[in-house]
Amino acid sequence: MAMKKSMSPMTLLGQVLLYALFAAVIGVFSRWPSYQALAPDQAMIKLSFSHHGKPVSECRQASAAELAKLPPNMRAPVRCPRERSPVTVELDVDGVATYRHVAMPSGLSRDGASTVYHRLQVPAGSHRIAVRLNDDARMPGFSHVRAATVVLKPAQILVIDFDAAKGEITLQ
Amino acid sequence: MSQPPAPEHFGRSAVRRVERGFDSVFGARLNPLRHLGSLGFLFFWIIAISGIYLYAVLDTSASGAYRSIDELSRKQWYLGGLLRSVHRYAADALVLVMIGHLIREWLFGHFRGFRRFSWLTGVPLLLFVFACGIGGFWLNWDQLGQFSAMATAEWLDGLPLFASPLARNFLSAAAVSDRLFSLFVFIHLGLPLLLLFGLWFHIQRISLADVFPPRALAVAATATLFVLAALKPVLSHPAADLSQVPATLAIDWIVLFVHPLMYATSSGFIWGILVGVLFFLLLLPFLPQTRVIPVAKVDPDNCNGCRRCFDDCPYAAVTMVPHPNRRLARQMAQVDADLCASCGICVGACPSSTPFRSVAELVAGIDLPHSPISRLRQQLQAALASPDSDRKIVVFGCDHGASVEALRDHGVAVFSLVCTGMLPPSFVEYALRDGASGVLVSGCRAGGCEFRLGQQWTEARLLGVREPHLRAAVPRDCIQMVWADAGDDAALRVALSTLRRRIAAFDGPVPLVEPA
Repeated sequence: MAMKKSMSPMTLLGQVLLYALFAAVIGVFSRWPSYQALAPDQAMIKLSFSHHGKPVSECRQASAAELAKLPPNMRAPVRCPRERSPVTVELDVDGVATYRHVAMPSGLSRDGASTVYHRLQVPAGSHRIAVRLNDDARMPGFSHVRAATVVLKPAQILVIDFDAAKGEITLQ
Repeated sequence: MSQPPAPEHFGRSAVRRVERGFDSVFGARLNPLRHLGSLGFLFFWIIAISGIYLYAVLDTSASGAYRSIDELSRKQWYLGGLLRSVHRYAADALVLVMIGHLIREWLFGHFRGFRRFSWLTGVPLLLFVFACGIGGFWLNWDQLGQFSAMATAEWLDGLPLFASPLARNFLSAAAVSDRLFSLFVFIHLGLPLLLLFGLWFHIQRISLADVFPPRALAVAATATLFVLAALKPVLSHPAADLSQVPATLAIDWIVLFVHPLMYATSSGFIWGILVGVLFFLLLLPFLPQTRVIPVAKVDPDNCNGCRRCFDDCPYAAVTMVPHPNRRLARQMAQVDADLCASCGICVGACPSSTPFRSVAELVAGIDLPHSPISRLRQQLQAALASPDSDRKIVVFGCDHGASVEALRDHGVAVFSLVCTGMLPPSFVEYALRDGASGVLVSGCRAGGCEFRLGQQWTEARLLGVREPHLRAAVPRDCIQMVWADAGDDAALRVALSTLRRRIAAFDGPVPLVEPA
């Protein structure tokens, strides 16, 4: 009723070929075609920071009536707002305004850090970089400014960050 | 059978054609295309076993990982390097068979009704597999790992999920700490454990799940990976350097294709594609069905609690419960309507389905309300009793396999069942005793049964190695089995001709020899 067929040489060859095809698909597409993440004559600028803006308004002295309404352990004489200023950043490359962003503070009460991450491809070579940052809503203009001429090699990454400890924009 | 929507119909025909082509080379039993799910399990275990060795030798610090893996490939190429390559290639193979499995099951409509659970638990596994695979590239921390980690971070930053952009973790070498590397290790080791848990869920409602391919197929697939690993070993790119963009990368397109796609479009586009595909796949099982088929029904008065339906049900839809009439039996079968496929395999397993029972109306212990076994007996009796019934050949076929209708003529009586597994073997003997000259039993090819186990159980029953078995007294020369998928009508005709020639060799009625 049932017959068991022995494997013919052609069948065996067919199996070997199909397994080889499977292996070839994996072997080839696990490395080919190569991917060019960046053109050979290009470099990259990454503008990124995670920075707490200044409070949106000044601290003020609480009145005696206000303090009286509070439990004794919460009667701090100076009341400061939780909300932080949005952080505005502008980037010029070779005198051209390339990027402008207003980063809102994170958190439900807007009391967290403002963050920015932006990548920008530029031709390798010398560039005049100007970065302006304002982290205080009470002040017009920009509280931090950094300008520099950088020479970027092909594929080099220039990171523009903000060092909160030093209070300055860094280029690295 | 209801006709599927046009894309599914054409896709299904195309898959069947390819599968038949592979059948001619591998045979249906060892056809890899019929074992995509179990091959996925095999590749998973190969990845797990090779991964255990790689983890043992991996320096899990950010500064030491690259060196430890690179030296493995260069100084211990015969073991560590080979296993590293097999690890990677098995991941690629897993992705390929997983996608093949998904497309096949979709085209065959295997996402509705009783299969809904398996489908819904399978879809999230796509994400797990890709997440595990992509995370593996980071552990090596070469330029490819750097590119992949950076691209993944930038993709995740496309949604406001984190207070600080993840990509900031890769701005400088100092940012990539051992702590961050511990996260990489957790992703690449923790997610596969979740994947294994998900796989366990995926097959929960399947009896005798095909979790390991036939030995010959497993050996061949494993050997293929090892040969590929030996011929084309995986080597590292230069070490990661976060001050440089990795310019030219030999990228693994099978796992990492999503990164170039994102840079060619946007992270929002990839999120859109992901959400769209997941939504589509998860919605499929809830689309209205063309018809609802009644599930199998148990008749307590005819169920003796033999457990054969419990053993044979492909979807664990039958459970055994205390019999309401303890004088008849201690247990009886109970059908879970949500799990029942209405395939009738339980009917074929039921000893009370035998047509030899001397009752006016044949009532089986378990039966399909829309296609009761009594009807089959009536139709068989009528066909064999008709005036032109002299030496008829009886053909039992399957609605999902090659169509037996084309064989119908004055000398051939055909009966197409929901699944050939619904055929109690005693019907073969009954047909021969009632005057049939031969019986042809047809069904889907091995591994191609619409209800997974119908072909396997039918063959085993007719060969006498599974209960209920065809009695030894029945002459095997009068019986022909043929396993042919839909569209493979030529195989049916050939089988019928073969049976006719064999019957012609007999002179007179075929004796049914009682066993000694």
